[in-house]
Amino acid sequence: MDALDRVAKPKTKRAKRFLEKRESKLNENIKNVMLIKGGNANATVTQVLKDGYALKKPYSVLYKKKKITRPFEDQTLPEFFSKKSDCSLFMFGSHNKKQPNNLVIGRMYDYHVLDMIELGIENFVSLKDIKNSKCPEGTKSMLIFAGDDFDVTEDYRRLKSLLIDFFRGPTVSNIHLAGLEYVLHFTALNRIYFRSYKLLLKKSDCRTPRIELEEMGPSLDLVLKRTHLASDDLYKLSMKMPKALKPKKKKNIFHDTFGTTYGRIHMQKQDLSKLQTRKMKGLKKRPAERITEDQEKKSKRILKN
Amino acid sequence: MEGQSVEELLAKAEQDEEEKLQRITVLKELELEFDLGNLLASDRNPPTGLRCAGPTPEAELRALARDNTQLLINQLWQLPTERVEEAIVARLPEPTTRLPREKPLPRPRPLTRWQQFARLKGIRPKKKTNLVWDEVSGQWRRRWGYQRARDDTKEWLIEVPGNADPLEDQFAKRIQAKKERVAKNELNRLRNLARAHKMQLPSAAGLHPTGHQSKEELGRAMQVAKVSTASVGRFQERLPKEKAPRGSGKKRKFQPLFGDFAAEKKNQLELLRVMNSKKPQLDVTKATNKQMREEDQEEAAKKRKMSQKGKRKGGRQGLGGKRKGGPPSQGGKRKRGLGGKMNSGPPGFGGKRKGGQRPGGKRRK
Repeated sequence: MDALDRVAKPKTKRAKRFLEKRESKLNENIKNVMLIKGGNANATVTQVLKDGYALKKPYSVLYKKKKITRPFEDQTLPEFFSKKSDCSLFMFGSHNKKQPNNLVIGRMYDYHVLDMIELGIENFVSLKDIKNSKCPEGTKSMLIFAGDDFDVTEDYRRLKSLLIDFFRGPTVSNIHLAGLEYVLHFTALNRIYFRSYKLLLKKSDCRTPRIELEEMGPSLDLVLKRTHLASDDLYKLSMKMPKALKPKKKKNIFHDTFGTTYGRIHMQKQDLSKLQTRKMKGLKKRPAERITEDQEKKSKRILKN
Repeated sequence: MEGQSVEELLAKAEQDEEEKLQRITVLKELELEFDLGNLLASDRNPPTGLRCAGPTPEAELRALARDNTQLLINQLWQLPTERVEEAIVARLPEPTTRLPREKPLPRPRPLTRWQQFARLKGIRPKKKTNLVWDEVSGQWRRRWGYQRARDDTKEWLIEVPGNADPLEDQFAKRIQAKKERVAKNELNRLRNLARAHKMQLPSAAGLHPTGHQSKEELGRAMQVAKVSTASVGRFQERLPKEKAPRGSGKKRKFQPLFGDFAAEKKNQLELLRVMNSKKPQLDVTKATNKQMREEDQEEAAKKRKMSQKGKRKGGRQGLGGKRKGGPPSQGGKRKRGLGGKMNSGPPGFGGKRKGGQRPGGKRRK
């Protein structure tokens, strides 16, 4: 719904801008994350949420009060808050005897839950526990996924897509090479090891520097528990790309196997008798011949008429 | 001699290059997959080194991360670069990983009534100038808005036209005309909006956007879709094992006017007999069912109250006690009424309990 297509039109420019920011567009906004504490969230889970908030600043919202809900059974609360704060990614942390140190990561499509994956946290080391220098907030981080498990099962594939969505950050066209500081590394081997490192560029003999890593950020060991994945057709619907954004094919240009590029040109019909060719002086018509030609043409015309 | 030295030189050059690249090369069985638009690298190699590591694989993880990061950095450094204000900036390609959108695609707005007419007639919008010459003030003023060129509202004198009533308030008339114009515009806008919404609704038709719908809702949506044909669903085929829908058909059935005379006579005589008899007629089945239902409702209400109080005080044992006290008293009453619906009693009782728990608690922010 456009801002101008509402029954009650916005009365101020500010309200109009607010609505335009939230409506569906061709090129979408950067996805916001909301971090929610569930009932009975213990210190570990709270610290994980705080670290997540710090990692994803300024595109994140941390709710301070506890929301008593179970996302896998009742999805109205995440949907309500997603609509309120215009967040399409969420992270819900809770703790109880049956599910200790629980973290639910999910994403939304059209303010309804698309995918939700429940992860159990083991061995959490927070940002503040590692006494190193940190990189400024808002830096685009590099993502590395290791392990063949990420392509084997559908669950893991969706988890990989969800994690990419989560930690991707804004899409930029240029990047300052010296400003690449942060790496998030996910390894899948029975459980998922999430480590974050700060990059140190060392001199090497050629242009590309040698990399040394320094452990910086939060490190988690995650165990995959329940999943609530979207059905195939809903997932397909959410992946639909608008025609305008699809890469345009260049027509009439072909490449063959040898690397030669061929092009096809379409011409209008040409009158070949009026074609400009090289003038050969020897073949030029002498005046006597031209007169006889004219006479022949006139006689032909009289015959026809 | 020369040939040998040339070969030696080439070999030495190669060796030098290799040494240079030694510090940044990483050997991997499978090449990594890169998505440089997202600064993403995927390593498909199975992490064998980690399996032998044991409970604390930190060093192994760090080595693996270093290798992968080195490869990613190698790729990034090969991108075309430009210099922007004394910083070297690499141009990233488009991201190749397809990720789901957060909102559905924007739908094209249907044309308004005027836009359809204009398209039909070939009328194009005239380009108007921003400023208009205002004679009265002798300057260029905007066409509409604050301090506009011909402002009707600021006039201090309005001449009464020849055919108008001399006692009429011309100022009020002007204000009224303006209000009517605004209202007409608003009405047309709302009508256009309604027409636009009617066009957009037929695609939705009973289906929930996320696809998570209950069986009943889907059944209802399917029924509506079946019946919305020209022959009102009479010739729609059913799937091989699909059952006929229950509850479709006439809602009330009346007896025909001239039907079974014998049955009618019997019914009316029975009615007279019941009216004449002194003893009240008691339908035992109905009575017992009514009693059971009332008791169930009372129990549910009590439970809700107790659960609210229990949550506040933190004690759930009171509930359990109440629950145990419930059934034995019910069982006695049930034995008295031998109705047809005995079997449905206890399972339904237990089922209702479980359903009643969740929506009972209040939401606290």
